[in-house]
Amino acid sequence: MSTPTPRRGSALLLLPIALIVLALALLFAWTGGWIGDKGVTPQTMVNTAEASGSPPPGFRRAHAKGICIAGTFTPTPAAAQLSTARVFSQPSTPVLGRFSNPGNDPHAPDNKAAVRGMALQLKTDDGQEWRMAMNSFPFFASSTPEGFQAMNAARLPDPATGQPDPEKMKAVLARHPEIANFMAWSKSAPTPNSLANTRFNGVNAFRLLDAKGESRAVRWSMRPHTPFVAADPAQLQGAASDFLAADLERRLAAGPLRWDMVMQFAAPGDPIEDPSKAWPDTRPETVAGTLTLVRAEPQADGACRDLNFDPLILPQGIAGTDDPVLHARSAVYSVSFNRREREVSQGAAQQGSAR
Amino acid sequence: MNRPRHFNLLARVLHWSMAVAILAMLFVGTAMVVSLRHREALLDLHRPLGLAILLLAIVRLANRLRHAPPPLPDDLPRLQVWAAKASHWALYALMLALPLIGWAMLSAGAYPVLLFGGVELPPLLPHSPTMYGILRPLHGVLAYVLFFTILAHLAAALYHAWVRRDGVFGQMARGERAE
Repeated sequence: MSTPTPRRGSALLLLPIALIVLALALLFAWTGGWIGDKGVTPQTMVNTAEASGSPPPGFRRAHAKGICIAGTFTPTPAAAQLSTARVFSQPSTPVLGRFSNPGNDPHAPDNKAAVRGMALQLKTDDGQEWRMAMNSFPFFASSTPEGFQAMNAARLPDPATGQPDPEKMKAVLARHPEIANFMAWSKSAPTPNSLANTRFNGVNAFRLLDAKGESRAVRWSMRPHTPFVAADPAQLQGAASDFLAADLERRLAAGPLRWDMVMQFAAPGDPIEDPSKAWPDTRPETVAGTLTLVRAEPQADGACRDLNFDPLILPQGIAGTDDPVLHARSAVYSVSFNRREREVSQGAAQQGSAR
Repeated sequence: MNRPRHFNLLARVLHWSMAVAILAMLFVGTAMVVSLRHREALLDLHRPLGLAILLLAIVRLANRLRHAPPPLPDDLPRLQVWAAKASHWALYALMLALPLIGWAMLSAGAYPVLLFGGVELPPLLPHSPTMYGILRPLHGVLAYVLFFTILAHLAAALYHAWVRRDGVFGQMARGERAE
């Protein structure tokens, strides 16, 4: 530019420039959790899940052991009245899913798995997608992700003794008393002897949105057609490491397995945002459809392996609630998925049959 | 041909609106990955805002290629001229690359790329754990590179405005008539 030489400003003005840049950089670092205390984050929760064992690369950080499943979902006529989601009006929707055991060891014996998981992906012909991740427990261990994290941290072995410190768990129970209900349930509830007769519960509350624009808070569960049979503790002791998968394949070879998807409706005042409190059994329920499983395959090369069953991937017509555990699950699964897929891309993943 | 003394109106409007959008985007992105409770809400904002930035960046690049920018001062040291040009092309590259990588990464991770009201983008890549494992960390690293490039750009702009007082800041801050 051929303008006359301007009058320069003082070099001291570099100071406010530096301060502005520094302030923005610090704000950014704080937002991203690099400085300051963010409390419990999805990363710290996955770190704790990893610390409870030595998870092999490429596997999920929780519910590492699993088996892929496939089938269909068929809605009941009543379901279309409850939600505009295409899955409730389309005659049949293909389902891809996964049964899983808790923990981060993909080779852990099935008889150690007191809790089991069922995750599903439903893709309808309008391109919408519904992913869910259910568990065999009827309610969640804690009201908040912080309580759950504190419980898992207290279960980690103390470096001094190699055992969990009972005092730590006492302190956690004092701060999060609802966890005691879950512990009582896991001590007393009979374990089903098969995946086929296990009931799986969504545990978190969601909202169904109908064509009139009305919204209803629901919790759903998958109730097996196969009659419940409790596992005999003595038999469980001697059961083969992969007896659940073997049993599932044997049953599927004989014919499809079915579960009814039941929607339970909240009454006014029910704790919608607290998954540690089951709603009373007397709440109205509607069967929304039937899940039919026809096939299972090992997760090592199965279609369920590289999917993140994020419970907040929902179609139009279904929405999440403000249940903090639901949102935390979505966040934590994402971190687990990022870590294991990175290991896959780096070639570090183990090609074990259980993967 | 005479070089203009200011960026044209479209360039100025795009610059300042995208400055707000991109800074919001970077803070949303960095907050959502460490949030236990607000990830879904932030992600629901992140995806459509990212697409908007991608489309605006394409318009902006076309405008930049069709209309020469105002010249830098003759007496600007060579290193600063080089830094100005390099950082501007880096900003263009990152504005275009980050949304595209985000979109490709979600596709490779088999995630639906939802915008709003059930409107969804088609996948940019097939489902590929290997590609997801590469693109997901790349998206995060490049976002930090973009943030630090923006900080350098801001520092340089204020240096021109307050210390050098050479009219460079006004090229983007004002139009011809406001002189």
